[in-house]
Amino acid sequence: MGSRLSITLLSIKLLALAAALTTAAQAQDKTGDVIARGEYLARAGDCTACHTAAEGRLFAGGRPMPTPFGTIYTSNITPDPETGIGKWSADDFYRTMHNGRFPDGGLIYPAMPFASYTKVTRADSDAIFAYLRSIQPVNQKNKPHELRFPYDNRQLILGWRTLFFREGEFKPDPTKSAEWNRGAYLVEGLGHCGMCHSPINALGGTSQSDAFKGGLIPMQNWYAPSLTSNREAGLGDWSIKDITDLLQTGVSARGVVYGPMAEVVHNSLQYLSDEDTKAMAVYLKGISEPSPPPPASSALPTTESSLLISLGKTVYDKNCASCHGTQGEGKPPHWPPLANNQSIEMQSAVNPIRMVLNGGYPPGTKGNPMPYGMPPFAGLLSDNEIAAVVSYIRTAWGNRGTPVSAREANELRSAPLN
Amino acid sequence: MFARDAALAVAIATLATIDGTAAQTANQPPDTMAARVEACTPCHGNKGEGTSDVYFPRLAGKPAGYLYNQLLAFRSGRRKYPPMNYLLEFLPDPYLEAMAEYFASEHPPLPQPAPSEVSKEVLAQGELLATSGDAGRNIPACVSCHGPGLTGMQPGIPGLLGLRAAYVSAQLGAWRYGTRTAKSPDCMQLVAGHLTEADVTAVAAWLATRAAPTNPAPVPKGTYALPFGCGSQPN
Repeated sequence: MGSRLSITLLSIKLLALAAALTTAAQAQDKTGDVIARGEYLARAGDCTACHTAAEGRLFAGGRPMPTPFGTIYTSNITPDPETGIGKWSADDFYRTMHNGRFPDGGLIYPAMPFASYTKVTRADSDAIFAYLRSIQPVNQKNKPHELRFPYDNRQLILGWRTLFFREGEFKPDPTKSAEWNRGAYLVEGLGHCGMCHSPINALGGTSQSDAFKGGLIPMQNWYAPSLTSNREAGLGDWSIKDITDLLQTGVSARGVVYGPMAEVVHNSLQYLSDEDTKAMAVYLKGISEPSPPPPASSALPTTESSLLISLGKTVYDKNCASCHGTQGEGKPPHWPPLANNQSIEMQSAVNPIRMVLNGGYPPGTKGNPMPYGMPPFAGLLSDNEIAAVVSYIRTAWGNRGTPVSAREANELRSAPLN
Repeated sequence: MFARDAALAVAIATLATIDGTAAQTANQPPDTMAARVEACTPCHGNKGEGTSDVYFPRLAGKPAGYLYNQLLAFRSGRRKYPPMNYLLEFLPDPYLEAMAEYFASEHPPLPQPAPSEVSKEVLAQGELLATSGDAGRNIPACVSCHGPGLTGMQPGIPGLLGLRAAYVSAQLGAWRYGTRTAKSPDCMQLVAGHLTEADVTAVAAWLATRAAPTNPAPVPKGTYALPFGCGSQPN
């Protein structure tokens, strides 16, 4: 009897132990899931682009970010208690993302895209925080910013916030599909696409009404085209497949990514799931607006334009046609078409001029690990020849761009390359 | 019988794949490394033989390990030259390795050495340093690491032939001033730190006068022992 009792007790104990183990395992799985989801979301937010320095440890910060106001050094967001965010709580982290304030209430410079991250949900913020808690802590002190007077006064951020910051999580639009809303959440929130693809005014801010209307990226001298105008990077007449190809692999039948966008695809977009990429494509296609008619003429006198364009054809046939085709048809996706390529025709000629000067490789991605590259022509062509060939590709084959001057080409020779 | 059927099935499947691929790639760029590295050619030549610009080095035939180390250093910004840093920034390791292998396996003929602009005395000083070094000043001979034929050693030590004096001089200057660095122990920084400007001019000038040897290929790894440790050439 006694022994039966003890056997029963033992069984109960074993059962309890087994149950406890199962619960622990489940809890661990759940934590593992949250960390994996946090890692995915950190990719979607491209945190590493700023918070990891060249040859530096993951998320240990210290990367210099040149701004019109001076140099900002990014911060250590590893879980090191002394120099990183090891002492932060999930609440602290959410407040930083959502409200742009440090745990002690201090104001964060808006180089950190909290005006976009404010749209991120609490659950997603917690997942990213759980992931950041799980990575290797790095003991590396943050470098003080080198901002010029008066921008070194953080109180100025209050003014910026009043003008340009609207706190608030993403509110789905009930009249749109779940897919559209997911895309909007990613593009407007974690993706912080508006940081570059919106005009930046002299105060370093973007007004809500100008969101996604395009602009020259300060310091980098690349033009981030409008995502709403089909005369720029508006995707209204692109197929969903071409958009997802571009975002996931960096190349598509309509064109390839280059310049700062190559970095975004490399560090962030290539890692997004097919569903999320498609959602972003659906949203981006949806926000394109009917375009205003193209500007009728260029600032250049007609005689100068026609001279440029005729020289341009000679330069093109000699240097460009072997890849891009005599009719600008290219061999997409690797050798992009230039005919009917919005990136060539945009009002700002900065990008086509820079591509001719500097060449470039699209990013190496899972979908396109060995991209084809464009040779730099800065050393081979004169300012006149650069202006001529860019004028030619902007106006040939039905393209509706305008000619550019040798002075514009010359000025971009000194644009920063990294 | 079964094996033969299976082999046939595989052969047919392979043919079908080739047909499908051919149809798809008819209007595609050639699926070759040569087409992929066209972005390199305006400065380094079609086969990495160099161009008329004396500051752009020949790449062809250098050891793949050396070229790969340089591609990694340009990508991370450790070796600074903005046009190179920009081109490589978002390319993955295996692709850079393939690029290095490609240029390492190209063997266009070495150029005829150009007549030197420096005096005989300077050339003689260059030859002395390159072939014997200067023990009194802790300067090893170039040949003690870069090989008796100056063709380099696999996998990480580059040959020094086919480079113009301006390029070699600029690189030695960069090592001296610490703007070019390599994995620790950074042997070239130690060596260049002992060179004077006159030494640099002399060595660079003499190296540029060297004619191509019968076999310009880098010698196999371990052909000779290095005089001191070198981070780029692990033992």
